[in-house]
Order: sequence, then structure tokens, then C-alpha cells
Amino acid sequence: MVEHADIRVVHRGGSKINFRAPVISDDSRLLLCASGECVKVYSTSTEECVHHLRAHTDVVTGVVLRPSNHLQVYSCSMDGTIRLWDFTDAILIKMFHLVAVHLQQSTEQLVEARELSVVISHVSSNPAAIAFGRAGEYLASTKGLQLEVFFLKKQKSNRFSLKEENKKGRKNTFSCVTCHPTDDCIATGHEDGQIRLWRNFSHKKEYTYSTLHWHHTTVGSLCFTPEGTNLLSGGVESVLVQWRYNQDTQRDFLPRLGAAITHVTVSPDGTLFTTTHSDNKITIIRSGAKVSAVIQGLVKGESIETDLLIDPRSKALVMNGKPGHLQFYSLQRDKLMYNLDIVQQEYIYQSDLQQFEVVKAAFNSSGNWLATVEREQKDAELELNLKLWAFDDQTQSFVLNTTISAPHENRITALCFSPATDSQTTTVLVSSSKDGHFKAWQLAAHTEDEGPCWSCDFVGAYHGLVPSCCCFSADGSLLAVSFQEVVTVWSSASWELLTTLSQPPGDIRDLCFGQLSCSKYLLGTSTSNLLLCWNLLTCSLEWSTSMDISLLLADPLSENMAAFSSFSSLLSVFVFKPSEPRPIFSQKAVCSGKVMRAVFAPREEMLESCEESSQWLNRCQLYFLSQHMVNSSAAGSAQPNALIGSHQSLVAMTPFHLLLGKRPSLLQTPAHVLPSTSYLCSMFVRSLLISVTDNRSVTQYSYSTNTHSSAFTGFILHGSQNCPFVVNLFSGAERCLRKL
Amino acid sequence: MGEFKVHRVRFFDYMPSAISKMAFNFLSERLAVARADGAVEIFKFTDNYFQEKVIPGRDGRAIEGMCWVGQRLFSAGLNGEITEYDLENLRPKYSMDAYGGPIWSISSNSQGTLLAVGCEDGTVKMFEVLEEKIQFQRNLDRQKGRIISLSWHPSGTKIAAGMMDMIRIFDAETGRATHRLLVDRGLGMSKGREVVVWSVIFLSDNTVVSGDSAGKVQMWDSITGTLRKTHLVTKWDVLALSVSQDESSLMAGTSEGTVVQMQFLQSSVEQQERQWVRTRTFKNHSHDVRALVHTDCAVVSGGMDTHLVVLPLLDQVEKSSKEAKLRKITFPHRSLVRCARKAGLLLFQFPDHLELWRLGESEGQGKHGDCLPVKRNPEKLLQLTRKGEDHICCSAVSPCGGWLVYATVSAVRLYRLQYDNNNVSISRVSKLPKELRTVHQLCFSSDSSRLFASSTHSSVVVVALSNPEVKHLHTLKCKSGSKQPLHLLVPSDDGKWLATANADCEIHVYNLHKMKLHCTVPVYSSCPTAIAIHPSTCNLISVHADQQMFEFSLQQKEYTEWSRRLHKEGLHSLWLDRDTPVTRVAFNPENPAHIILHDTFMFCIVDQSLPLPDAQTKFYNQMTLRSLPAAERMRHSHAFKICKYFQHLMTVELLEDHSLVVVERPLMDIMSKLPAPVRQKKFAT
Repeated sequence: MVEHADIRVVHRGGSKINFRAPVISDDSRLLLCASGECVKVYSTSTEECVHHLRAHTDVVTGVVLRPSNHLQVYSCSMDGTIRLWDFTDAILIKMFHLVAVHLQQSTEQLVEARELSVVISHVSSNPAAIAFGRAGEYLASTKGLQLEVFFLKKQKSNRFSLKEENKKGRKNTFSCVTCHPTDDCIATGHEDGQIRLWRNFSHKKEYTYSTLHWHHTTVGSLCFTPEGTNLLSGGVESVLVQWRYNQDTQRDFLPRLGAAITHVTVSPDGTLFTTTHSDNKITIIRSGAKVSAVIQGLVKGESIETDLLIDPRSKALVMNGKPGHLQFYSLQRDKLMYNLDIVQQEYIYQSDLQQFEVVKAAFNSSGNWLATVEREQKDAELELNLKLWAFDDQTQSFVLNTTISAPHENRITALCFSPATDSQTTTVLVSSSKDGHFKAWQLAAHTEDEGPCWSCDFVGAYHGLVPSCCCFSADGSLLAVSFQEVVTVWSSASWELLTTLSQPPGDIRDLCFGQLSCSKYLLGTSTSNLLLCWNLLTCSLEWSTSMDISLLLADPLSENMAAFSSFSSLLSVFVFKPSEPRPIFSQKAVCSGKVMRAVFAPREEMLESCEESSQWLNRCQLYFLSQHMVNSSAAGSAQPNALIGSHQSLVAMTPFHLLLGKRPSLLQTPAHVLPSTSYLCSMFVRSLLISVTDNRSVTQYSYSTNTHSSAFTGFILHGSQNCPFVVNLFSGAERCLRKL
Repeated sequence: MGEFKVHRVRFFDYMPSAISKMAFNFLSERLAVARADGAVEIFKFTDNYFQEKVIPGRDGRAIEGMCWVGQRLFSAGLNGEITEYDLENLRPKYSMDAYGGPIWSISSNSQGTLLAVGCEDGTVKMFEVLEEKIQFQRNLDRQKGRIISLSWHPSGTKIAAGMMDMIRIFDAETGRATHRLLVDRGLGMSKGREVVVWSVIFLSDNTVVSGDSAGKVQMWDSITGTLRKTHLVTKWDVLALSVSQDESSLMAGTSEGTVVQMQFLQSSVEQQERQWVRTRTFKNHSHDVRALVHTDCAVVSGGMDTHLVVLPLLDQVEKSSKEAKLRKITFPHRSLVRCARKAGLLLFQFPDHLELWRLGESEGQGKHGDCLPVKRNPEKLLQLTRKGEDHICCSAVSPCGGWLVYATVSAVRLYRLQYDNNNVSISRVSKLPKELRTVHQLCFSSDSSRLFASSTHSSVVVVALSNPEVKHLHTLKCKSGSKQPLHLLVPSDDGKWLATANADCEIHVYNLHKMKLHCTVPVYSSCPTAIAIHPSTCNLISVHADQQMFEFSLQQKEYTEWSRRLHKEGLHSLWLDRDTPVTRVAFNPENPAHIILHDTFMFCIVDQSLPLPDAQTKFYNQMTLRSLPAAERMRHSHAFKICKYFQHLMTVELLEDHSLVVVERPLMDIMSKLPAPVRQKKFAT
């Protein structure tokens, strides 16, 4: 039995910072925002995260400054507690338990009143729909088409209803509410973009309102400045609008903030405004006119169409970010490094407007070249662009080298660079498309004055079938392209079809070559739930197993392969070597929901771990992206801060590394010219004096997988569920055994 | 319901005139509306906004100011004259030249003793209101530039006058100008143009509110002469201002067609100090709002687009009540179309001319909803332009088509028409009896031998028509002594009866054989809007402004059984909720139980033989009835059969040949004839 206990899933970051409106400290130096299970404290001037306030066991749903002590802050969470923190030193001071209802509490009430009274029964779950009025005199709550004002002194409430739709077919539904700090005036935002200023609402009948209209769709957020002279509003137009209170026709705009505004807040002294955007960004605006800082989290795009990639140079995670951009996200620092504008077009926020989006991206192994594919779907018309970007050492950024418009007639299904064994050989880019062709692109010098640019070198097809994925062998000499149920292997030097492999029924879904010592193996998954392994030396199927593999990927630095299987809606992970039928590691129920994207990211420092099961993590970490869109009530929690601290200190040389260090030539020779694995393996084993791997059959393999993983069903560790995209990490750790 | 061949007439090019000024009498709750052609209309707000009186206009009388002094109505205009109206005889009582050039505004003090008029030459002239006339008293300090607007302080001691680029405040006793408030010009392009203070209002707390051509509504302190607050309301002009009686709400009408409300509110519950806050914006007009009245529970606005809009303020009225409905009054509450039923002629009355049309003919048969092919097109036989400066107030064509008559406030003109084939010859009857001088209504008897004309004190002049000479027969006088003018004059088909209705809500029936008053129908509180005498049963049907309907038997001199039943069961709420009055009642000679009624948006046949609808019955049920089989249909039908197929009806009339004439005036046609409104930027255009 293998020891698995020290490997666990850790939520590494990328959680939402735009979930709730942030809070600015009294001196405007710190900004606090709820982010997953913790509260992050940022500096407003340097954009750096200063502290994490960690103690909540579920998603933090609100942060509010303590009025009586400006160095303390309350936070509330889905775990049913309210906690009081000293946020300058990140110390938890006090904890309150709420029984059942979760209402947004006024901070004064919380301290004074021990008894709770329900003042408004039907409240919207959106915290922007409730606001305290002038000095806590009244409480305004909106839901649907109704505004309810509760006067706390008189214990009386007034309700005002709007008609469902007015005559021009606009929606009157309330979207947000805020109250004037000194006057009896409530500002409400509506779905049709109007802002209503309600006055005289202490009278049930003689209430009155005026209307401000600039936004063309839903008003996302409203906020009065502390003196009440200005009203700020924001919406999907990504423009911050400043209305002068009582001078309705005067307004100022701060346009081009980048993405739809979800929250607007003002610091207590009125010098800083912050706007929170739908692309997980907080913008800090100084003195109402200038963007002074941007705190950017991991951008949650519409979908991650580009796979997760690792930039070989910066070791940053690369994926879709803002529309038309690729984001480079530092995994170590949990921070967005920069965005690369791929489409280079002004993005216009409008529904039903089709825009170019980045759908594929690939790096070559040295990180010199980046290939991107962007697509615009206009009704039946499809517009594709293949762009190649060269890394410029001077500017330290990618520069557009070649744009190939319409590289294929239909959607591109896969894109990959050939791995360059040395810097002299030119890299080849292969793209496969639904139009039935795959094309190889090569860097060629056209003319002297223009420099080299990319052009098509070869167009391949196989019996008119549609290619789905392509993959280069580790040395770049072989290209495997899958055409529905057939895998074709081509020589990348001569573009000859070398062999075809096929294992019907079922189309091939994923394809990857083994790495290093296993480079003679080609692995694939098929739609008929098979995991297949071909030996390229014998051109025959080595083994196959019946598993529903949703994702298969190879560690570029070791022989290990990882497979994600979504078995009965719970996700399992297997890590194995193609040459060995037994998995090195397997874990069931890693998280619920499907894992669509995962990547091996190389560690900055090699980890020393003697335990067999965690050796595979010594060189790389496995990151995956889960899609928890909604709150779920899963129990259990990890303490990521402790884990990260411990695993970074463990640095050691593994036997595997020793082997590699000793015999680099072995793994750099192409697989098909090497002697048989059994020969090498026995040599390897003998040299290391490690017990011989046992040779069980394929059926036994799958059986063993089931048995030993069933023993670990109770081992569920989870990150936050509320972040729509959670980046998780397998890391070696030793403190988890007590959980079992 | 019966089947009719319908003449659908759309060639009546009626064009209402723009509203230029309004004045509201809070005591009697009557609104006086001045139109651009000089006509003055009186609306009675207590009686369902019924248009009670119309004083016809006159060429060159452009009314710029109007005000009530008690029950007396004064107007002043660009012809430089102050006019008082005789509301009993529907004509100007007298006009007086103010000798200050064109007059831009007129205003009376709250005591009703003085009138102030603002003139082009820069003077504010004070007139004393005497019993039967007004008398010039004195001039206030003469200013440079015209006086556009005037407002008295409620105490009557001060007057604010809006001018070009400034507001002047006068002491009313000494006549001295005490303050000069300079009004900012607009920004940008309009910087070079002087700003016109179109409207000022003097509030009792010594605040002067001004609305100007730069789109500002400004609050000034009249004691210190300083500006308190500016509301930039529009990019264009603020043309009219009106304040509620308790001075807590202010309305501003703009060139964009919007009405902007400002309210005098406390900023918070603890603070006693109140300030003017802009609150709601209403847009019910497509063009300039030139006139505005703030009543206790509604805002009445009118302007270039000719509609009179009564907008209820929902914070003042019960939401479910009838007052909570917005009303748009576009068409006059009396018929401008007369029909010669035997000859098939239509007479259209315009302010300055008459048009006589012959209806077209069709051939063939069709089923319900078909358009029949036209054999002969309708034809304009005659266009008769009026003589003199006064506009036409009433007109009539005899049923045989042989006589045509029209009246202005000064004269009556009677014409004899002769047709030979396609030619019409017209000859004026030169000698008319002298009794035909002040006339409010005209009509011919059904055999075209008599002409009835309503005169002063609700009397009716009967004139016999014969070819060589026209002879005064008799003057019918009512005994009630009412001084109000008659607005309805209806003879019966058999020539025996004549029914009249006046603004005092009285209906008198005269016996024409005996030439004396037969009876007086019991007076109902609401004004009758249409009356008719049934040709066979001799019952008088009257429909009133509050949509109630009565049937009065002339033989028994009492309400009929059907009328009593109707009132016991009550009319359906949907019938009572309609907001235009019934302007014509007619009968179907083929089915004596049928009464044909119409208002602007529907025509209705009341079948007296069918059961009355109760509150649960589906009132507008013609569509469902049509889908039912014939046997079922009887069970579901009720007395009110309503057709809404024709809209914006000017008249509905049944001809001798049993075909129906429907005169429509689509609102779109009126809209398309209006001048272009101010340009406004619309989002996404």
C-alpha cells in the first residue's frame, strides 16, 4: 500500500476580490476586501497585499469598519460567525455566533443589543439592496419593485411600490440603494439605468422622487460621498459617474475603467474612491479624477478556452483573462503580472455583440514564441486569426511577429509547438482544424529587410477525417495527430506518415507522448472511456484500461502523467508512469464538479521528499481549475497558510533527480532509438538498489486502483467554494494524517 | 347590433389651435384656455372637465395674458388691448387700448381690485377694476425693454416683472422699482443672445421664482435682491411656471414638452429649514408647454401641440379614483360637423371657412368588415369663406341641403343653395330679421322650413324660411330666467318639439305647434352633452358630462321606466370611466329600441330591449359575441353594444338611406401638421 496521506489539495488563490464592496480604513492607507474565506488587507498606495485575516471557515460575505474604533473591522461569513479583527496587525479579537438568520447588521446594533428583532422580513440577498440612512435613523431595503423604509426610532415602516414596467417598456426593478449621509434622501438604482432620489418618505403619501438618467442598463452600484455633495454611480458601461447633489444636470465622468463596475465605495475622508469591477479588479481613484492604483485578481473570463499554460520564462500561469487578452498570473505570489493584448481592439461592453476572443494559445519550449488564435463568430461567418508573438529581450514582452488571417477554414482544435532540442533547430507550429487539415507553420526569412516571419510549411490530411488533437514527441521528431478514432504518427522532418494506430470504437480525445524515459509511449483517451497506451517501437497497444478520463496531461519534467477522471460526479486524480501499470498516486473525490483545465507547473526549487508517493511532486506542482460557481455546504477546510509555509522549506535531492543528474544522455535520446524499457529499467533499478516493480496485468491495475482509492474516500479537503474559479494545488505535506 | 353601410370620412382637415395661455379660477374651478387663434374655452373641472363654453376667436387677437378677477375674465394680447369677456353671451364685452404697445402679460392682485399689464414700451400699467369696466390708474416706473411677465406678491404691495436679462421688483404703492435682479445668460452659443424671463412668480415668503429662456428656474430673495438657487431644468426655454396654492410645489413647463416639478422640502426631519428640490419630470407634450396651471391635485398643461393635459399628482389623490387618471383633451366637446341627412351632405366648420361635401357612393354588397368599391368619390361642393374678422362660432345645413347658415359673434349669414347636376349655386339671403343678431347655436327643422337660433338668456328665435323672404315667427323664452347661453338645440323629427340645453344644466322642451314651453326636465347636476328626441316615442334622451344617461317621456313629463331601471341598477364602471363626453345621440328608424351614441373613441348602440349589464358582465363583449353561435349570443348580449373600430370620431350620423356616416380625424394627421419640435438628442440615435 502506498502512503498518500501527505498529499492534499490546497486552495492556492485566484479567489474573487470583487465579491463584496471593499472597505477603506479611516486614514485611507489600507483597503480591506473579502476574498474567499479570508479578508485581504491591501495597501492603497502600493497595491500589495499586507495581511490576510484568516479564521473564517466559509466564504466571507461582508466587511465593515467598527465605528467606535477605526483600527478594528468586523467581518461576517457563511459559517455563521461575525469576527472582530485588528486589521493593522491581523489579530482576531472577538467572535460572535449568529444563530440562523443572516442579516446585514448595523455595527452599533451588534454591540448594544443582545436581543434581535426582525425589522424587515423580505430582504434581497444582495447587500447593495439594504442601506442605513442618516445617522442610523432609518433603514432602506429594496426588493423587486418595492422600497421599504424602516424608521428605527418610531419602529414603523413605509413601503413604496413602483409599477412593473412603465410605458416605454423599461424595467423599474430596483438594483441598489444608498442613503444620503445628512439629508433625508434615498438614492435607488434601477434596471433601466435610472437613479431615483426619494425624498419626503417619512410621509406615506406625500413622498416624492426625482430621476437621474445616464446609464443605459442596470445601475450596478451607488454611493454618496461622506459630505453628501456628490453621488457616485457605476454600471456595465465601466464609467464612474459623479452627480452633484441637488444640481442634477451637472455630472462628471471617469470613463474607460476597463470592465463593468459592480461596487463603488468612498473612503471615510472622501479622498479615495474605489470601484470594483467584474473582471476581479479593484481600482483606486484619488481625488475623484485619477486612477492611482489597480488591485487585480485572477480574471475570470467567460470560459477558459485556452488551456492553462505555463510560460517557460516567467513560470507564470497563462490563460484567458479580460476579453481579448491573455493574462500572466504569478502562481507564487498569487498576483496578476500583466495582461497581453492579443486582439488589439477596443472592447465594447454590450450584450449580443460578438467580439474577437482568444481561443487557443501555445508557447514553445524555450518561451521565445507564443502562438495565439483568436476567433469572431458573426452568425454563420467565422473569422480566425493566428498570431505569432516573439519575445523581445529588450522590452521583456511579447511582440507581434506574424498575423495569419484565416489560417484554417474552420475552428482550430489544437495548437502545439515542436519541442526544440537545441536552439539551432527551428521550431515548428502545428495547428489542426475542423476543416479536416492540420498545418505545420515554420519560421522562414522572407526578405532581408523584414526579418523572419511564419509561413505554412505543410498541410496534412488523413482520409478527410477531422483532426482533434496533436502532440509532438519529447524530442520533436514525431508528431501524433488524432483523426477521430485513428492516431496518425508523422515524421516532423520529412512530413511522412509513419504509422497509424487505432483502437475503435470511440474517437480520440486527448493525446500525449510520454516524457523522458517513457518517450516511446503514446497515450490517449477515447470517447469510449478508454485510456490507451501505445508502444511506438512495436506500434502496438501496450495496455489499455477502461476509465472515464476527462483530462490527461504529462509532466514535462518527469515521466509522470496525470489523469483526471470524473467518476460519479466526484473527481479523482491518478498519477502514473506509462511504463508502470500501478499508479504512483491516486486520490478520489478531490473536489466536486468537473475539472476542465489543469497544468503541471515546475517548482522554483526542487523539493526533497523521500516518500515514494510524493516524489512526483518534487519537481512540479499540479494545478487545476475547478468550476464552483455556486455556494455549496461542503464541510472541511484546509489551512493553506500553514501548508505553504511548510512545503517551501523542504528541499532535497531525490533518487530520481540523482539518476537524471548522472545520466542525462539517456533521456535526451529519442525513445524509438533506445533499447527496450525493461532493459533500461532493470539497469536503473539495479543501479539504485530499489525493490523491483511488480508486473501486474492491466485488469489488475484497474482493480487495484479501485481498492486502494476506496480506502481514502473520507479524505476530502477543500478550498473555498465561493470563488467561481479556484486554483488548487497538490502539494506534499505531512500534517494531514490526523484528518483521516 | 344591426348592419350598416358605413361612410368612413377622413377628409375633414380639422386642426385645433395651439394653447397659448391658461387661467384657473379656484373659486368656481373653471379653467379658461386661450388658443392661438384668439378663441377662449372654459372648462368646468367639477363637471368631468367638460368644455362648457367657447368664445370664438378673432383675427389679430393673439392672447398673451389672461386672468380671472372674481368671476370676470380678462385677457390682453399683442394687439395692445385689454379685453373683458361676456361669458353669458360668449363674446368680448369690451376692449380697451392700454396705449403701451403690445401687451405681454396681465395679472391681478389677490384682492381683485387692480390689474397690472406689462407692455412692450417698458411700462407696467395699473388699471382699477370697476363694476362694469376697468379704468387706467397710473404707470409704474418706466423701464428700458419690454415687460414680459408679471406677478403680484400675495399681499398686493409688490410686483415682480420679468424683462429681458433682468427682473425688476416694484413697490406697488409708490410705483418705484426697488430691485434689479440680473439674470445670467445661457452658456456657449447663446451667450450673445439676451435672456428672456418668460415667467415670474412672487411667493408669499418674498421669494421670486423666475423661468427664463436659458432653461433656468431661479429662486431670488426679493428683500436682499440676491440669487438663492438655480435649477438648470432644460437646454431650451422655460416658458411657464405655476405654483400650488400652498406654495409647496412648483411646476415649470419647457420647450422640450416636459413639465418639471420642484418641491419645497425639509432636507431632514429635524431641520425646519426647507429648500426647493427638483423632483419629478413629466413628459406629455411633444412641443412647447406654453401654459401651466397647478391646481390642488393636478397639473394642467397646454402648448403648441394643442392638447390640454390634466396630469393628476398621485401624492394628492386616491390612486384608484377617477381623478388619478391622466386626461388628454384634444377635440372640442361639441360637434363641428353637420349632416344633411336627406341630401347626404356634410358641412365642416372651420374658424374661417365652411366646407360642404357630398358623400361618395359605393356599389355591390359585402360582408362584415369588407371595403366596398367606390362608385363615386366624395366631392367638395363648396368652400365658403367667412366675412369680417370674427371667427365662425356656429353653422348649420338644412336636412334637404337647400339652406346653409353660419354665425359669428357679430352677424348671421343665411344662404340658399341650389343644385343642378354637378353645379351648386349659392345666393345669400340679404334681409334677415333683426332678432338674429347674437346667436350661439343654429339648427334647421327636419322639414327644412324653420330655422332655430339660440339667443341671449337661453331664448330661441324661430324663423320661417320661404323662398322670397325670411320671417321671424316667435321667440321662445324659458321661464327659469337663466342667463347662460344654450349649447344644444335639437328639434324632433316630427317637427312638434324643440329641446334646448344650457350651461346651467337646464333642459327645456318647447312645443312648436303651440310655440310655448312644454316642460322642463328636472335639473341634473351635470351638464348635458347631447340630447335628442325619439321620433316615434317622443322620449327625450339626455347624456351628461358625468356619463349618466336619462330618458324622459314628454307625454307623461316624467322619467321612463327604462331610465329609472338604468339608474337603479347603475351604469357599468367602464362606461363611467370613459373620459370623453358623448357628443351626439341619434336613433335608428328601423328599430325604435336602438339609440346610437358616440364619443371620441367609440360609438355605441344602446338596445333598450336587452337587459342592462351588471358589474360582473364583460362590458366590451362584441368580439366574444361574434365568436359564439347565434343561440348562445342572445344569452350573453346586453344593452350596450360598443364599437371601437373607429377612433377619434368627430361625428357619427345615420342617413336617410340607412347608411352610417363616420367622420374620423386621426391624431397622426394632426401631429404631422404641427411645426417641428425642438431637437433633442435621443440615446442611441
